[in-house]
Amino acid sequence: MPDTHNRRSANLPPLTLHVPEPRFRPGDTPDFSDIAVLPAGVTPRPPEDVKPADIIGHAYGLVRVLDDEGRAVGPWDPRLSPERLRAMLRYMMLLRAFDDRMFRAQRQGKTSFYMKSTGEEAVSVAAAMALYRDDMCFPSYRQQGILITRDYPLTAMMNQIYSNREDPLKGRQLPIMYSSREYGFFSVSGNLATQYPQAVGWAMASAARGDTRIAAVWCGEGSTAEGDFHSAMTFGAVYNAPCIFNVVNNQWAISSFSGFAGGERTTFAARAVGYGIAGLRIDGNDPLAVYAATQWAADRARTNNGPTLIEHFTYRAEGHSTSDDPSAYRAKEEYAAWPLGDPVLRLKDHLIVLGEWDEDRHAAQATELADYVKAAQKEAEKNGILGHGLHQPFESMFEDVFEEMPWHLAEQRDQMLAEQTRKFGPGWRPE
Amino acid sequence: MTATAEIETGVRRMNMIEAINDALDVMLARDADVVVMGEDVGYFGGVFRATAGLQKKHGKTRVFDTPITECGIIGVAVGMGAYGLRPVPEIQFADYIYPALDQLVSEAARLRYRSACDFIAPMTVRSPFGGGIFGGQTHSQSPEGIFTHVSGVKTVIPATPYDAKGLLIAAIEDNDPVIFFEPKRIYNGPFSGYYDRPVEPWSKHAGCEVPEGHYRIELGKARTVRSGDAVTVLAYGTMVHVVETVVAEAGIDADIIDLRTLVPLDIAAIEESVKRTGRCLIVHEATRTSGFGAELTALVQERCFYHLEAPVERVTGFDTPYPHSLEWAYFPGPVRIATALEKLLKD
Repeated sequence: MPDTHNRRSANLPPLTLHVPEPRFRPGDTPDFSDIAVLPAGVTPRPPEDVKPADIIGHAYGLVRVLDDEGRAVGPWDPRLSPERLRAMLRYMMLLRAFDDRMFRAQRQGKTSFYMKSTGEEAVSVAAAMALYRDDMCFPSYRQQGILITRDYPLTAMMNQIYSNREDPLKGRQLPIMYSSREYGFFSVSGNLATQYPQAVGWAMASAARGDTRIAAVWCGEGSTAEGDFHSAMTFGAVYNAPCIFNVVNNQWAISSFSGFAGGERTTFAARAVGYGIAGLRIDGNDPLAVYAATQWAADRARTNNGPTLIEHFTYRAEGHSTSDDPSAYRAKEEYAAWPLGDPVLRLKDHLIVLGEWDEDRHAAQATELADYVKAAQKEAEKNGILGHGLHQPFESMFEDVFEEMPWHLAEQRDQMLAEQTRKFGPGWRPE
Repeated sequence: MTATAEIETGVRRMNMIEAINDALDVMLARDADVVVMGEDVGYFGGVFRATAGLQKKHGKTRVFDTPITECGIIGVAVGMGAYGLRPVPEIQFADYIYPALDQLVSEAARLRYRSACDFIAPMTVRSPFGGGIFGGQTHSQSPEGIFTHVSGVKTVIPATPYDAKGLLIAAIEDNDPVIFFEPKRIYNGPFSGYYDRPVEPWSKHAGCEVPEGHYRIELGKARTVRSGDAVTVLAYGTMVHVVETVVAEAGIDADIIDLRTLVPLDIAAIEESVKRTGRCLIVHEATRTSGFGAELTALVQERCFYHLEAPVERVTGFDTPYPHSLEWAYFPGPVRIATALEKLLKD
């Protein structure tokens, strides 16, 4: 019998396993000169009803509006009025002031946890401004800028962060996991990318009902690895759902750089290509690019031309959360070396170039907003801070597990109340 | 209940598939928020035919096929619920539900609580479960214990066509997520547990008499299948019928309770019965360790200990994957049940 099998050659090279490694670690001097930063204004703006296959290049490019001199250039310039631009700057500065204050509150022991969005303010604020007020947002944990831009009360956000007696979520959620149906802000989940198929479901329902509202959803580049992301892309493409998929590529998922989500091989906007979804890769630190891309995607969705995936190329300037110390895994100077700058400063420079803003007004506004946040904080703290007694009633722990409380929860509630009596003595409960 | 030769007007004889289809039809007609979706449920009408004809009658935006991603199906249903719809997703086999676990456990089940009622997930997840159809390890599982362990989700399992319709309507109208496991072995007829005997159709069983139109069976209420004083048998789904057969053959005066809903559980019915009989057998097809039978055993022990005359007995599937060729050695059939009953009633 002849041997029909291929014979193993003795001189094959050994296989090697590639484990991604970021280019810079603590102690290194970061150099991002290899990142291809396209000049502002050069990327064409296709019509909103373009076929995804006809704009594949957009998934690998970088839409930018603000140039290095602070001018808005090219076809993606949304041509916003100075009033709108100043409003955008104000919301971004308010978000930054809010983050600073709440970060400090956590460090002071007033709450357990906080997450800043420093450097990513444009991603949430400019997008929220480009959407209609009643479009539904399915945020991840770093889009508090949406609530701020929709004028959700700062005290309510703080009450949630403090888990106090006025917390709209009754002290049940980790700080920053807000929820507000009224403000079109879906309950934030700690489990990553779960909101992706949910946003598609909401968008499908809106379409099935002949509604005019659309959905927008956010996740980080790291969470695009979750199955939920891919399920959502499939559903979005299959039903042509009126949904905007935002991937906030801030380079870091806690300590894992974007390479662990596939970023060494391709862009995150390119995930859209295989699904037949329009993909845009944009400068996420350029508020006008974020606004323009969101508006384009929203118009596309609103006219039944389907979903869009927008990769916001940005940088997480601070730690993942108050529980994280980025100096343990990345080079300290990365943000300073980041080629796309600071979104707040870029918008400020643009307004100054337009003659619609100046350094004095900027400094005055920063002080005014810091005071405004401080005043809201003082109000919120009247309702208590975490662990200081002014919490929700004990029995609220058992409410809302179901619409009606079944017997086993009622029994457990009674047990817990008896435990409090044993712990604090009779009369612990103010009647 | 006994089967009658003539049935009332407004009542039709149905098998369980027809009863489920009828419940979906009724709810699609009554409530514009109800949508039915899942793999193969649209034009084709489902691999078990539970959604046959519904797309044609109610339209493609109410009843439709989905991509093969259970995570996506449940995630989308959560979003639809947030919009204000009342989705009824189908997971084609309970064995396929695991990719959807995060969306069920961390999302649907927690949404009301974590948002303080700002958003709810009023979905009913239908899924055929259980073995006895030569489905092998990926078409035979009974994963109800995974869901009863989760706070914020209800678990419902019907044992007759009449119950299937009334419970499914109640589940769909419920504002909390409900896992609705359909015992597929008894879709077409009650099962005695004797796989080598001819299949009996539902038409010979009183449970096949299904009223037309809308009716509900309250979730959390058990059904007394047979009243007796010698021993309490707690069961649900397919096992209700197997127990009934064994008890009849052995001539035991058993109190057979079909739990119908595992969460919320009808603890009052269980307590009343066990305190009266002093003996308790728990029967389920699912694997034994950490199965729902363990929870039932603990509850009976906590509440009825001083009335018990023998240790609580459990009859369950074995802690192995569901084997294909040895399915009937795995299945908790008449021999395993009879043995347990003999042990319980020994003295």
